[in-house]
Amino acid sequence: MSLTLDQVGRIARLAHIEISPAEAAQTRDRLNDILGLIEQLQAVDTAGIEPMAHAVDACQRLREDSPSETDRRSDFQAIAPETEAGLYLVPRVIE
Amino acid sequence: MTSAYVESSLTALADALAAKAISSVELTKLFLDRIERLNPVLNAFITLDRDRTLSMALAADARRAAGENGPLLGIPLAHKDIYCTQGWLTTCGSKILSNFVSPYDAHVVEQLKQAGMVTLGKCNMDEFAMGSSNESSYYGPVKNPWDIRRIPGGSSGGSAAAVAARLAPVATGTDTGGSIRQPAAMCGLTGIKPTYGVVSRYGMIAFASSLDQGGPMAKSAQDCALLLNAMAGFDGRDSTSLDRQAEDYTRDLAQPLAGLRIGLPREFFAAGMSDDVRAAIDAALAEYRRLGATLVDISLPNSGLAVPAYYVIAPAEASSNLSRFDGVRYGYRAPDYLDLADMYCKTRSQGFGAEVKRRILIGTYVLSHGYYDAYYLQAQKVRRLIADDFREVFKQCDVIAGPTAPNVAFELGAKSEDPVQMYLSDIYTIPASLAGLPCMSLPCGFGAGNMPVGLQLIGNYFDEARMLRTAHGYQQVTDWHLHMPEGL
Repeated sequence: MSLTLDQVGRIARLAHIEISPAEAAQTRDRLNDILGLIEQLQAVDTAGIEPMAHAVDACQRLREDSPSETDRRSDFQAIAPETEAGLYLVPRVIE
Repeated sequence: MTSAYVESSLTALADALAAKAISSVELTKLFLDRIERLNPVLNAFITLDRDRTLSMALAADARRAAGENGPLLGIPLAHKDIYCTQGWLTTCGSKILSNFVSPYDAHVVEQLKQAGMVTLGKCNMDEFAMGSSNESSYYGPVKNPWDIRRIPGGSSGGSAAAVAARLAPVATGTDTGGSIRQPAAMCGLTGIKPTYGVVSRYGMIAFASSLDQGGPMAKSAQDCALLLNAMAGFDGRDSTSLDRQAEDYTRDLAQPLAGLRIGLPREFFAAGMSDDVRAAIDAALAEYRRLGATLVDISLPNSGLAVPAYYVIAPAEASSNLSRFDGVRYGYRAPDYLDLADMYCKTRSQGFGAEVKRRILIGTYVLSHGYYDAYYLQAQKVRRLIADDFREVFKQCDVIAGPTAPNVAFELGAKSEDPVQMYLSDIYTIPASLAGLPCMSLPCGFGAGNMPVGLQLIGNYFDEARMLRTAHGYQQVTDWHLHMPEGL
């Protein structure tokens, strides 16, 4: 299948990426080239095959539920675009 | 005149430092001076900090004066800019991290600091490691030291160019679908991607978490083994790090190759490989036969599906990983916006380059409602088929050999307008990445334009030592790995 301009716009909104009208057609064509490449997977018979998520099929480890990090808030906030009183500032969302 | 030290192996440098023939500060200055002279041409480094580097060298000399004598103490290295380095700019080749001074060190960086290595600088790379030519970097393309009109490979292209031009004795790289092996091949180096889980991903900026793996890039297999000794190790902060006993990867280097069974996947030797690459690979295989190895015909029937499976799995994981870059906690924030959603959107649209955006869009699409099973889950099942092929053939052979890339380094700009053509540069490296197997590239001759050709080796899980021995045995009877680009 190939994507339409509307579908590309919807995907871009989901991804929080803006595509200008000038680049829309080219973006769609490039994405369709890539989808053309991955389309051949559909023809593969994978009945009964377990999906592979980890190279050596390791599972998540459990650890003791105890604090492992020290408080480095001021170091981390020193590199933030905007902070105030220990908080990260973003544009107002609730009037 | 070039000092012999810039061409020395890690063991030779360690010996010279131990014998006090040279100090770490003197050695480090040799490399910093070369960088100063050659980096304006090659663009291999994004960030340099001479004072910080020299203070690390000074500290290494003090540790030696206090009686320490490790194999890497005082030896300089370059880090791919994907590794977080405390106090240094860490950009990952992106505008979105163009102001990110990391507040912490990656596990690999910590380990190498502990070993006493000196950071020369941060190496250029494809943006978020997405690329095979280093042309997607926000900081401009890296030039191949063998021919500056050509690409150095990617995504660890800055690391490769730095070591090839002898701007650093060794460098760190990362490999998701070939990003250590392909640039190693393009620049005439030896580079290894270990078994997935051997090197911690903590502090290594994530691209595709089920595939990303760090590894060394060096002039020889022996240097790779030495550096891997210090890079590997369990780390509880990476949930996929494997808790295994530490290994000495140099332990089998001197073992002879007689009786070694080398598997040659039919699919890697079919149409697609250029004639010059084929000639160099064939000559290398003949050399292995002379060393007493047996060549075994094998088949990896599903390897042709590796590139399509990878271009579902890697973008899917990338779209999820890169959602953290939103202009709130660190990195670039767009200067003008209407509201919060617009701030996210403008920050990401201005901060990411074209290839990164493409992969985020593909990843978002294949994970979106109604498509997850058809794409992501199906790709993970195909991934299992590919891995099973490898399990089967390792019953017939000890190590697999073939080309690293279908061609020598191409010219800058040759494929930058055609993503699918670019993706196909990794046709031979991606299968082992999906399987999570250890794999490496080593130089085995020169092809068109007198550019280096890489031989790829793939080992069984956790069989790095034997794979490195396979490379080292070859490097004992050939000198391709000792060649250096002229005019530098």
